[in-house]
Amino acid sequence: MTVSIIRFGGSNCDRDAERALAHLGIDAEIVWHEDGLPADTSGIVLPGGFSYGDYLRAGAMAARSPIVSAVREAAADGTPVLGVCNGAQIGCETGLTDGAFTTNESARFQCEHVHLRVERNDTPWTAAYDEGEVIEIPIAHGEGRYELSERRLTELEVDDRILFRYCDEDGEPSAAANPNGSKHNVAGILGDRKTVAVLMPHPERATLPAVGPTDGQGILRGFETA
Amino acid sequence: MTAYTATVTVRLKHGVLDPEAETTKQALERLGFELEALRSADRFEVDLEADSIAAARERAEDMAERLLANPTIHDYDVEVDDR
Repeated sequence: MTVSIIRFGGSNCDRDAERALAHLGIDAEIVWHEDGLPADTSGIVLPGGFSYGDYLRAGAMAARSPIVSAVREAAADGTPVLGVCNGAQIGCETGLTDGAFTTNESARFQCEHVHLRVERNDTPWTAAYDEGEVIEIPIAHGEGRYELSERRLTELEVDDRILFRYCDEDGEPSAAANPNGSKHNVAGILGDRKTVAVLMPHPERATLPAVGPTDGQGILRGFETA
Repeated sequence: MTAYTATVTVRLKHGVLDPEAETTKQALERLGFELEALRSADRFEVDLEADSIAAARERAEDMAERLLANPTIHDYDVEVDDR
Protein backbone atom coordinates (compact mmCIF):
# COMPACT_ATOMS: atom_id res chain seq x y z
CA MET A 1 0.00 0.00 0.00
CA THR A 2 1.77 3.08 -1.27
CA VAL A 3 0.78 6.64 -2.00
CA SER A 4 1.70 7.46 -5.61
CA ILE A 5 3.01 10.98 -6.16
CA ILE A 6 2.58 11.60 -9.86
CA ARG A 7 5.45 13.45 -11.44
CA PHE A 8 4.74 15.30 -14.66
CA GLY A 9 7.33 17.19 -16.68
CA GLY A 10 7.69 20.37 -14.64
CA SER A 11 6.41 19.04 -11.31
CA ASN A 12 8.66 20.39 -8.57
CA CYS A 13 6.96 19.61 -5.26
CA ASP A 14 6.97 15.85 -5.78
CA ARG A 15 10.07 15.33 -3.62
CA ASP A 16 8.77 17.69 -0.95
CA ALA A 17 5.58 15.61 -0.79
CA GLU A 18 7.58 12.38 -0.58
CA ARG A 19 9.71 13.71 2.28
CA ALA A 20 6.74 15.11 4.13
CA LEU A 21 4.81 11.85 3.85
CA ALA A 22 7.91 9.86 4.89
CA HIS A 23 8.21 12.11 7.95
CA LEU A 24 4.69 11.09 8.90
CA GLY A 25 5.52 7.41 8.34
CA ILE A 26 3.32 7.20 5.24
CA ASP A 27 4.77 5.04 2.49
CA ALA A 28 4.95 6.99 -0.76
CA GLU A 29 6.77 6.86 -4.06
CA ILE A 30 7.18 9.19 -7.01
CA VAL A 31 5.62 7.83 -10.19
CA TRP A 32 6.55 9.17 -13.62
CA HIS A 33 3.26 9.85 -15.39
CA GLU A 34 4.20 7.86 -18.48
CA ASP A 35 4.74 4.74 -16.37
CA GLY A 36 1.08 4.58 -15.37
CA LEU A 37 -0.47 4.16 -11.95
CA PRO A 38 1.05 1.28 -9.92
CA ALA A 39 -1.41 -1.50 -9.03
CA ASP A 40 -0.76 -1.16 -5.28
CA THR A 41 -1.60 2.55 -5.21
CA SER A 42 -3.42 3.36 -1.98
CA GLY A 43 -3.53 7.11 -2.49
CA ILE A 44 -2.58 9.72 -5.08
CA VAL A 45 -0.83 13.07 -4.78
CA LEU A 46 -1.01 15.48 -7.70
CA PRO A 47 1.96 17.60 -6.65
CA GLY A 48 2.77 21.25 -7.13
CA GLY A 49 5.00 22.70 -9.80
CA PHE A 50 4.67 24.02 -13.30
CA SER A 51 3.69 20.99 -15.33
CA TYR A 52 4.29 21.59 -19.03
CA GLY A 53 5.39 25.11 -18.25
CA ASP A 54 1.79 26.11 -17.52
CA TYR A 55 1.28 26.16 -21.30
CA LEU A 56 -2.23 27.11 -22.38
CA ARG A 57 -3.47 27.22 -18.75
CA ALA A 58 -1.93 25.98 -15.52
CA GLY A 59 -2.65 22.25 -15.32
CA ALA A 60 -4.30 22.02 -18.74
CA MET A 61 -1.73 19.75 -20.36
CA ALA A 62 -1.20 17.41 -17.42
CA ALA A 63 -4.97 17.04 -17.10
CA ARG A 64 -5.07 15.53 -20.61
CA SER A 65 -2.21 13.06 -20.09
CA PRO A 66 -3.11 9.35 -20.24
CA ILE A 67 -2.46 8.62 -16.53
CA VAL A 68 -5.34 10.94 -15.63
CA SER A 69 -7.99 8.44 -16.70
CA ALA A 70 -6.45 5.96 -14.23
CA VAL A 71 -6.50 8.67 -11.56
CA ARG A 72 -10.14 9.40 -12.33
CA GLU A 73 -11.06 5.70 -12.05
CA ALA A 74 -9.14 5.33 -8.78
CA ALA A 75 -10.85 8.44 -7.39
CA ALA A 76 -14.26 7.06 -8.34
CA ASP A 77 -13.40 3.82 -6.52
CA GLY A 78 -12.61 5.71 -3.32
CA THR A 79 -8.83 5.99 -3.54
CA PRO A 80 -7.87 9.22 -1.76
CA VAL A 81 -6.61 11.90 -4.15
CA LEU A 82 -4.99 15.16 -2.99
CA GLY A 83 -4.10 17.90 -5.48
CA VAL A 84 -1.78 20.61 -4.21
CA CYS A 85 -1.16 23.89 -6.03
CA ASN A 86 -0.44 22.87 -9.62
CA GLY A 87 -2.07 19.58 -8.60
CA ALA A 88 -5.16 21.55 -7.62
CA GLN A 89 -5.15 23.28 -11.00
CA ILE A 90 -4.82 19.86 -12.64
CA GLY A 91 -7.66 18.50 -10.48
CA CYS A 92 -9.98 21.26 -11.64
CA GLU A 93 -8.88 20.93 -15.27
CA THR A 94 -9.68 17.18 -15.15
CA GLY A 95 -13.10 17.84 -13.65
CA LEU A 96 -12.24 15.87 -10.49
CA THR A 97 -13.20 19.07 -8.69
CA ASP A 98 -15.37 22.00 -9.73
CA GLY A 99 -14.13 25.43 -10.73
CA ALA A 100 -10.85 26.78 -12.03
CA PHE A 101 -7.76 28.30 -10.47
CA THR A 102 -6.64 31.23 -12.59
CA THR A 103 -4.52 34.38 -12.52
CA ASN A 104 -4.20 36.02 -9.09
CA GLU A 105 -6.08 39.27 -8.73
CA SER A 106 -2.69 40.95 -8.19
CA ALA A 107 -1.42 39.49 -11.49
CA ARG A 108 1.69 38.56 -9.49
CA PHE A 109 3.25 35.35 -8.23
CA GLN A 110 2.66 35.25 -4.49
CA CYS A 111 4.78 33.31 -2.03
CA GLU A 112 3.71 33.85 1.57
CA HIS A 113 2.20 32.23 4.63
CA VAL A 114 -1.58 32.44 4.87
CA HIS A 115 -4.24 31.45 7.36
CA LEU A 116 -6.91 28.95 6.44
CA ARG A 117 -10.15 28.21 8.18
CA VAL A 118 -11.10 24.54 8.32
CA GLU A 119 -14.67 24.53 7.02
CA ARG A 120 -15.50 20.96 8.03
CA ASN A 121 -13.59 18.27 9.86
CA ASP A 122 -15.50 15.15 8.84
CA THR A 123 -13.16 14.47 5.92
CA PRO A 124 -9.92 12.48 5.90
CA TRP A 125 -8.00 15.67 5.11
CA THR A 126 -9.32 17.65 8.06
CA ALA A 127 -10.07 15.03 10.71
CA ALA A 128 -6.98 16.20 12.63
CA TYR A 129 -8.46 19.68 13.09
CA ASP A 130 -11.50 21.20 14.71
CA GLU A 131 -14.19 22.71 12.53
CA GLY A 132 -13.47 26.43 12.32
CA GLU A 133 -9.83 25.93 13.37
CA VAL A 134 -7.34 28.36 11.84
CA ILE A 135 -4.18 26.84 10.42
CA GLU A 136 -1.11 28.44 8.87
CA ILE A 137 0.17 27.11 5.55
CA PRO A 138 2.26 28.70 2.80
CA ILE A 139 1.06 29.52 -0.70
CA ALA A 140 3.29 29.89 -3.76
CA HIS A 141 1.34 30.53 -6.93
CA GLY A 142 0.56 32.96 -9.71
CA GLU A 143 -2.72 31.30 -10.68
CA GLY A 144 -4.59 30.54 -7.51
CA ARG A 145 -7.69 32.67 -7.81
CA TYR A 146 -10.66 30.35 -7.51
CA GLU A 147 -13.29 31.05 -10.15
CA LEU A 148 -16.71 29.52 -10.50
CA SER A 149 -20.14 30.86 -11.32
CA GLU A 150 -22.01 32.17 -8.27
CA ARG A 151 -24.80 29.71 -8.96
CA ARG A 152 -22.52 26.66 -8.97
CA LEU A 153 -20.45 27.94 -6.06
CA THR A 154 -23.60 28.32 -4.00
CA GLU A 155 -24.50 24.73 -4.83
CA LEU A 156 -21.08 23.60 -3.62
CA GLU A 157 -21.55 25.57 -0.41
CA VAL A 158 -24.98 24.03 0.14
CA ASP A 159 -23.38 20.60 -0.41
CA ASP A 160 -20.67 21.53 2.11
CA ARG A 161 -17.89 20.94 -0.40
CA ILE A 162 -15.70 23.89 0.62
CA LEU A 163 -12.80 22.50 2.65
CA PHE A 164 -10.66 25.59 3.40
CA ARG A 165 -11.14 29.34 3.13
CA TYR A 166 -8.49 32.05 3.36
CA CYS A 167 -9.05 33.95 6.59
CA ASP A 168 -7.36 36.27 9.05
CA GLU A 169 -5.76 35.09 12.29
CA ASP A 170 -9.13 35.12 13.98
CA GLY A 171 -10.76 32.95 11.35
CA GLU A 172 -12.64 35.73 9.57
CA PRO A 173 -12.65 35.12 5.79
CA SER A 174 -12.18 38.81 5.02
CA ALA A 175 -11.25 40.42 1.71
CA ALA A 176 -7.96 41.55 3.27
CA ALA A 177 -7.07 37.95 4.13
CA ASN A 178 -7.82 36.74 0.62
CA PRO A 179 -4.39 36.60 -1.05
CA ASN A 180 -5.44 36.09 -4.65
CA GLY A 181 -9.03 37.25 -5.13
CA SER A 182 -10.55 33.76 -4.86
CA LYS A 183 -14.36 33.73 -5.00
CA HIS A 184 -15.76 33.43 -1.48
CA ASN A 185 -12.16 33.08 -0.19
CA VAL A 186 -12.07 29.46 -1.37
CA ALA A 187 -8.62 27.88 -0.88
CA GLY A 188 -9.54 24.20 -1.12
CA ILE A 189 -12.54 22.13 -2.17
CA LEU A 190 -13.79 18.58 -2.21
CA GLY A 191 -14.69 16.54 -5.28
CA ASP A 192 -17.75 14.31 -5.55
CA ARG A 193 -16.32 12.22 -2.72
CA LYS A 194 -14.79 13.41 0.53
CA THR A 195 -11.70 11.40 -0.42
CA VAL A 196 -10.92 13.77 -3.30
CA ALA A 197 -9.63 17.21 -2.39
CA VAL A 198 -7.62 20.01 -3.96
CA LEU A 199 -6.08 23.09 -2.40
CA MET A 200 -3.71 25.83 -3.52
CA PRO A 201 -1.71 26.10 -0.24
CA HIS A 202 1.14 23.63 0.33
CA PRO A 203 0.65 21.27 3.30
CA GLU A 204 3.88 19.45 2.39
CA ARG A 205 5.76 22.71 3.05
CA ALA A 206 4.23 22.92 6.51
CA THR A 207 5.03 19.42 7.73
CA LEU A 208 8.76 19.11 8.50
CA PRO A 209 9.50 20.83 11.84
CA ALA A 210 12.87 22.01 10.49
CA VAL A 211 11.24 24.33 7.96
CA GLY A 212 8.62 26.08 10.08
CA PRO A 213 5.01 25.59 11.09
CA THR A 214 3.71 22.04 10.88
CA ASP A 215 0.01 22.73 10.48
CA GLY A 216 -0.02 20.89 7.15
CA GLN A 217 0.60 17.51 8.74
CA GLY A 218 -3.07 16.90 9.42
CA ILE A 219 -3.96 17.26 5.74
CA LEU A 220 -1.37 14.71 4.64
CA ARG A 221 -2.52 12.35 7.40
CA GLY A 222 -5.66 12.04 5.33
CA PHE A 223 -3.88 9.26 3.50
CA GLU A 224 -3.82 7.27 6.76
CA THR A 225 -7.45 7.80 7.63
CA ALA A 226 -9.12 7.71 4.20
CA MET B 1 -10.87 16.52 -48.50
CA THR B 2 -10.44 20.27 -48.48
CA ALA B 3 -7.85 22.33 -46.66
CA TYR B 4 -9.25 24.74 -44.10
CA THR B 5 -7.98 27.05 -41.41
CA ALA B 6 -10.14 27.10 -38.31
CA THR B 7 -9.61 30.12 -36.09
CA VAL B 8 -10.60 29.50 -32.49
CA THR B 9 -10.86 32.60 -30.30
CA VAL B 10 -11.01 31.96 -26.55
CA ARG B 11 -12.12 34.77 -24.23
CA LEU B 12 -12.85 35.07 -20.56
CA LYS B 13 -16.56 34.99 -19.85
CA HIS B 14 -18.19 38.31 -19.18
CA GLY B 15 -17.65 39.22 -15.55
CA VAL B 16 -14.57 37.07 -14.98
CA LEU B 17 -11.73 39.20 -13.69
CA ASP B 18 -8.78 39.60 -16.08
CA PRO B 19 -5.82 40.88 -14.03
CA GLU B 20 -3.40 40.63 -16.96
CA ALA B 21 -5.63 42.79 -19.13
CA GLU B 22 -6.02 45.28 -16.28
CA THR B 23 -2.23 45.45 -15.89
CA THR B 24 -1.84 45.94 -19.64
CA LYS B 25 -4.44 48.71 -19.59
CA GLN B 26 -2.55 50.48 -16.81
CA ALA B 27 0.68 50.20 -18.78
CA LEU B 28 -0.98 51.75 -21.82
CA GLU B 29 -2.25 54.59 -19.64
CA ARG B 30 1.26 55.13 -18.29
CA LEU B 31 2.36 55.53 -21.91
CA GLY B 32 -0.17 58.33 -22.23
CA PHE B 33 -2.93 56.50 -24.12
CA GLU B 34 -6.55 57.15 -23.31
CA LEU B 35 -8.77 54.07 -23.19
CA GLU B 36 -11.87 52.92 -21.37
CA ALA B 37 -11.30 49.19 -21.16
CA LEU B 38 -9.16 46.44 -22.56
CA ARG B 39 -9.95 42.76 -22.99
CA SER B 40 -7.50 40.08 -24.04
CA ALA B 41 -8.20 36.85 -25.89
CA ASP B 42 -6.29 33.84 -27.15
CA ARG B 43 -6.49 33.02 -30.84
CA PHE B 44 -5.59 29.60 -32.21
CA GLU B 45 -5.23 29.09 -35.96
CA VAL B 46 -5.67 25.42 -36.79
CA ASP B 47 -4.83 24.15 -40.27
CA LEU B 48 -6.76 20.99 -41.01
CA GLU B 49 -8.30 18.94 -43.80
CA ALA B 50 -11.92 17.90 -43.70
CA ASP B 51 -14.73 16.69 -45.98
CA SER B 52 -16.69 19.89 -45.58
CA ILE B 53 -16.61 23.26 -43.87
CA ALA B 54 -19.17 21.92 -41.40
CA ALA B 55 -16.93 18.97 -40.53
CA ALA B 56 -13.96 21.30 -40.08
CA ARG B 57 -16.02 23.53 -37.78
CA GLU B 58 -17.24 20.57 -35.76
CA ARG B 59 -13.69 19.32 -35.23
CA ALA B 60 -12.43 22.77 -34.20
CA GLU B 61 -15.35 23.19 -31.79
CA ASP B 62 -14.50 19.82 -30.27
CA MET B 63 -10.88 21.01 -29.82
CA ALA B 64 -12.15 24.10 -28.04
CA GLU B 65 -14.49 22.10 -25.80
CA ARG B 66 -11.90 19.52 -24.84
CA LEU B 67 -8.74 21.57 -24.48
CA LEU B 68 -8.41 25.06 -25.91
CA ALA B 69 -11.07 26.62 -23.69
CA ASN B 70 -12.02 25.95 -20.08
CA PRO B 71 -15.82 26.16 -20.00
CA THR B 72 -15.74 27.28 -16.36
CA ILE B 73 -14.17 30.61 -17.27
CA HIS B 74 -14.15 30.87 -21.06
CA ASP B 75 -16.40 31.47 -24.03
CA TYR B 76 -15.09 30.71 -27.49
CA ASP B 77 -16.00 31.14 -31.13
CA VAL B 78 -14.83 29.36 -34.24
CA GLU B 79 -14.42 30.71 -37.77
CA VAL B 80 -13.48 28.47 -40.68
CA ASP B 81 -11.97 29.59 -43.97
CA ASP B 82 -10.67 27.80 -47.04
CA ARG B 83 -6.93 27.60 -47.08
